[in-house]
Amino acid sequence: MIPELAHLALVIAFGVALVQSTLPLAGAARNDAGLIGLASSAAWAQFVLLTFSFGALVHLYMVSDFSILNVYQNSHDSKPMLYKITGTWGNHEGSLLLWVWVLTLFGAALAAFGKSMPATFKARVLAVQGMVTVAFIAFTLFTSNPFERLDPAPLEGTGLNPLLQDPGLAFHPPMLYIGYVGFSITFAFAVAALIEGRVDPSWARWIRPWVLIAWSSLTLGIALGSYWAYYELGWGGWWFWDPVENASFLPWLAGTALLHSIIVVEKRDSLKSWTILLAIFTFGFSLLGTFLVRSGVLTSVHAFAVDPDRGMFILLILAVALVGPLLLFAWRAPQMRASGAFQPISREGALIMNNLLLAAATGVVLLGTLYPLFLELVTGEKISVGPPFFNATFIPLMVPLLLILPIGTLLAWKRGDLRRSLRLMSLAAVAAIALALVAAFTDPRSTIVTALGFALAGWLFGGAVMDLLQRAGIGRSSWARLPARLVSLPGSAYAAAVAHTGVAVTVIGITASSAWQTEVITSMGYGDSQRVAGYNVTLAHVGPVQGPNWIANEGTFEVERDGRHIATLTSDRRHYPVEGTSTTEVGITSNLWRDVYVVIGEQTGDGLYVVRLYHNPLVVWIWLGTLLMAVAAVVSMADRRFRVGAPEPKRAKAAAAPAAPAPQAGS
Amino acid sequence: MRTRKRQRFLLVSLSLLLLGGATALILTALEENIAFFAGPAELVNGQVEPGKRLRLGGLVVDGSVLHGANGEVRFHLTDELADIEVRYVGILPDLFREGQGIVAIGMLSPEGRFDASEVLAKHDEGYMPPEVAEALERANHLMRLQEAGS
Repeated sequence: MIPELAHLALVIAFGVALVQSTLPLAGAARNDAGLIGLASSAAWAQFVLLTFSFGALVHLYMVSDFSILNVYQNSHDSKPMLYKITGTWGNHEGSLLLWVWVLTLFGAALAAFGKSMPATFKARVLAVQGMVTVAFIAFTLFTSNPFERLDPAPLEGTGLNPLLQDPGLAFHPPMLYIGYVGFSITFAFAVAALIEGRVDPSWARWIRPWVLIAWSSLTLGIALGSYWAYYELGWGGWWFWDPVENASFLPWLAGTALLHSIIVVEKRDSLKSWTILLAIFTFGFSLLGTFLVRSGVLTSVHAFAVDPDRGMFILLILAVALVGPLLLFAWRAPQMRASGAFQPISREGALIMNNLLLAAATGVVLLGTLYPLFLELVTGEKISVGPPFFNATFIPLMVPLLLILPIGTLLAWKRGDLRRSLRLMSLAAVAAIALALVAAFTDPRSTIVTALGFALAGWLFGGAVMDLLQRAGIGRSSWARLPARLVSLPGSAYAAAVAHTGVAVTVIGITASSAWQTEVITSMGYGDSQRVAGYNVTLAHVGPVQGPNWIANEGTFEVERDGRHIATLTSDRRHYPVEGTSTTEVGITSNLWRDVYVVIGEQTGDGLYVVRLYHNPLVVWIWLGTLLMAVAAVVSMADRRFRVGAPEPKRAKAAAAPAAPAPQAGS
Repeated sequence: MRTRKRQRFLLVSLSLLLLGGATALILTALEENIAFFAGPAELVNGQVEPGKRLRLGGLVVDGSVLHGANGEVRFHLTDELADIEVRYVGILPDLFREGQGIVAIGMLSPEGRFDASEVLAKHDEGYMPPEVAEALERANHLMRLQEAGS
């Protein structure tokens, strides 16, 4: 009964979404308060219906109801409860339902928190959000019904891919989806603004918290996925430029550009068309990512069951989501005039450079990801584009971006004083040189590139500090008042400094862990020791271990340094009898300065075990940096200015602009 | 007006410069960093020059896996037409088995052996990597051609 009710709830939600996507639009056009009010009620209703539907699916997984095809295919009675629950979204149908639930969650949140917006605008945003929901519920109902029954019901399920039986599954996909789906709201804001033909600083102020939520969740989601890959795959790496990783990175890059261009719209009433385009494309990339993962065109650890119909359906959604708004854009773009002119050397100019470089980086990643698909389609030739390609193209675009970043934050709006900014940056340059020297003398393996990476981090961190000091009026007011002025800076000032510091921390992590990684592959018997970067690793014991639904051969390793015991690590080769597959569990001991990472391999003919050891210096910094960025976005969201009623838009000023100004720069 | 025009000119030229730069980067990187796909038959027939990065797909020949010291492994890969020796140092994936389809990434050595830097096997026993299927298909095709020719 429960699955039928849950299915019914989904069908009703589809109807409600249809209403939400049409009537409020008519209401907004005719200024009919009743129809306008319908938008919020419909959003709430959908959220309730989907919560029931998704909750029911989780319940069916928890009680292992194998009369449901989806549960039968992806679960097993012997699985620990945590993985029964998380297994709900460890498959295509369940994860799609989670996706739709997050969509309706955002709809309800907008209905609840969008009080500062005019009712007509809010109704239009909700209507566009409703259209996205219509498309995705239709996708679920027609191609991927999670509530399909199986008759007769089997006694036992077929289990879940052991790689997914990990706490990582509890956090990585939901975070990622909040990010992906969060960009549907910013998309809805962009399309609603196109319908109204109005983009102004207050629009930017309304959309900004949503961009921040989506961006911060996507950042965390990607970082969690990367950390998961690091400890689960046992390859010692944390990013593989796998097509599916790229699929989540594309909306992140575009979203990062959006995050910055919105500031220009808010502060300077400029860069409007470009911002609208970014909002549309960021969601487009989210959809593209979904398509790549679910259509089976790619083979990767993430590939869900292959079904061409599903791929076609998402491609259709993607096409409509891009073509419709772009036509609307072509019609409305000439009306979006900038009111604020500016010099090339200015905060705006620097942010445009930021956007151009991020857009170029997005293009490079997009091309590297899709090129093999195109080539195979056109010539039938199978190729793969691997990490060397991305390192050779992506990094050269990131370096100038990070070089310009701190200078840009010190430039004034409209017309900046480059010499003054550079003078302020001379202190950051000292930090950069200091860090480069540290890098050069810490490890003999350091190359010029390593020193440059560290210098870049010092430059960014110094720039973040100078940014705060400048905003606190250094040199313009007395030193005694500096601390008080620093404390009274708005949250968003700290957010920028913290986020850019996060970038610096991540850059250090990436540079150090790739330049100074030590990898040793060896054969070990009981009592054998192996040195890796000053650590002595001894294989103490190998023996069978029994888990809830697996059996393992577990190796126990003692890690010592200079005779001092550091840690006891275990690494398993687990076999999951239900699924008939095996996984390797890695042993890691982590601190701020290094990870020691042990993987046990197969036993060879001579009774020895193949063992792979890694020493990864500063690798945790990669994820600490991303955490700082995500936290910064939350700090920025808490900024007072977005909570209290937004000031009136500068309409009078826009009207006073020259009669026929050139279309917006950057469009 | 004048400054707006100048500004737009600057922006457009900057964008073009960046576009050109990115394109140049992509083209040089693509030239050097693409791994083409090949099957054992193509390697044995000398259709591929040594030292070029490749993805090699095939089935692991039964009884061919030899473990050496310090994680060195040698085994043979076949597409049922030809087979080639593969050398790899490292931990084989969990689902590496004799008779299974796998993908090795690396390059042909001058001695005609394939030196793999990475070995991939899917984490699902029922699954055949598309590259392996492709290699078998190509070999099949070649065999039929040879039969027709002789």
